[in-house]
Amino acid sequence: MSKIKGLVCKECKSEYPAKAIHVCEFCFGPLEVAYNYDVIQTQISKEKIQQGPISLWRYVDLLPIESTPTVGLNTGFTPMVHSKNLGKKLGLDYLYIKNDSVNSPTLSFKDRVVAVALTRAKELGFDTVACASTGNLANSVSANAAEANFKCFVFIPSDLESGKILGNLVYKPNVVAVEGNYDDVNRLCSEIAGEYPWAFVNINIRPYYSEGSKTLAFETAEALDWQAPDHVVVPIASGSLLTKIYKGFQEFERLGLISGVKTRIHGAQAEGCSPVAAAFKRKSDFLQPVKPNTIAKSLAIGNPADGYYAIKIAEETGSIIESVTDPEIIEGIKLLAENEGIFTETAGGVTVATLKKLVNQGVFKKGESVVVYITGNGLKTQESIAPAVGSPWLIQPNLKSFQHILEKEKK
Amino acid sequence: MIKVRIPTPLRTLTEGQGEVDLEGKSIAALIDTLESTYPGMKERLCDEQGALRRFVNIYINEEDIRFHQGLETPVEEGDEVSIIPAIAGG
Repeated sequence: MSKIKGLVCKECKSEYPAKAIHVCEFCFGPLEVAYNYDVIQTQISKEKIQQGPISLWRYVDLLPIESTPTVGLNTGFTPMVHSKNLGKKLGLDYLYIKNDSVNSPTLSFKDRVVAVALTRAKELGFDTVACASTGNLANSVSANAAEANFKCFVFIPSDLESGKILGNLVYKPNVVAVEGNYDDVNRLCSEIAGEYPWAFVNINIRPYYSEGSKTLAFETAEALDWQAPDHVVVPIASGSLLTKIYKGFQEFERLGLISGVKTRIHGAQAEGCSPVAAAFKRKSDFLQPVKPNTIAKSLAIGNPADGYYAIKIAEETGSIIESVTDPEIIEGIKLLAENEGIFTETAGGVTVATLKKLVNQGVFKKGESVVVYITGNGLKTQESIAPAVGSPWLIQPNLKSFQHILEKEKK
Repeated sequence: MIKVRIPTPLRTLTEGQGEVDLEGKSIAALIDTLESTYPGMKERLCDEQGALRRFVNIYINEEDIRFHQGLETPVEEGDEVSIIPAIAGG
């Protein structure tokens, strides 16, 4: 018996076969993979996971593929750092940084979802993959498509950071820059997806793709010696990552791999694009879409499809969804770099700045564990931080010149 | 006439057509016309109270109707309307 039962509508529970479809025909609700947990229960164990590959595929029993993994074989299992310096500064004894800024192959958490999406796309017989992206997803689809021999189309907003545009082009996919924001790109891609028989990873492959994010929760629990943390802080763009981290802990508990899960799942948005945080603060589950205006372009989704579910989970787990300003984001990036030697992109700046804000609000109690998810790499968004990091000392190639500048600049 | 683009999940109701031309003065009126031409359309798009379902997005000339007056947004000759399921991000 297969571990995958099929797809099921998250809203009205209508059932569908496990094909490349993502929307319920009856109520337009999103489709999710339905698993046979009884079957998985007989297959999964801590020992089996520990002996598995050093990648996200060690959790293959809880991922929606039917044969063996073919894409992203080195993805995941990223460092989980027990932060000493930043933890001390913020008064947190058990602060952990889950560092997906060094994920393989393209330095963001999107490598996880793409590994699953492209493995599934291959199983379903597609020869072309595509996506709508704020940058990181396109980078990962482009790189993985090159290795896995897919034809590839990536659609991005035309005003993306140059590192993220180049980070597509180098793999030689078809890169389509759309004059508009991410929500425009996404809308256009929904229409394109209806016309071409492609595997759009975040559209018709979404039920499979999004499951890859659960591995961030699995790796977290395994690294904490099979325990869920007391708190996590997760950046919110569409809201999908937050819902899947929650689901990951729930599944591990359901299968008896961890117990007593009481994790509070806090969400982080940039103030210039904070429809989820705004609805949360209004105590409403109706999201008013916004026109994004923030340096955190990878989180700039003004019409977040899973925002509603993110709010439900935050309410259910007694968590908080906060937003931070662009200057706070820059400060967050510097705080992580200067204290932990980790250079994250603007999304990571949002997460760290939100962590700091939650500390100031007294959310964390003494002795509680806190995990922050650093989802992307700073080398990709250099222009956002460049004005804030100063410049090198400029000297002549002689000792005197060095000593002179050392006296002048010494801190 | 107003051009309305139909998403894949609803094309079973339009005999496979991806675009239909309709008359109507507002988005709400267009949905009523859709329903009378292709019965079953309205219950897919709207809930029991008549409000747009949570996961349905409607765009008029590429702009989300929630930036205008929602279902009461007026439409004019030559406008293009798209009905699109909400999709996750990247």
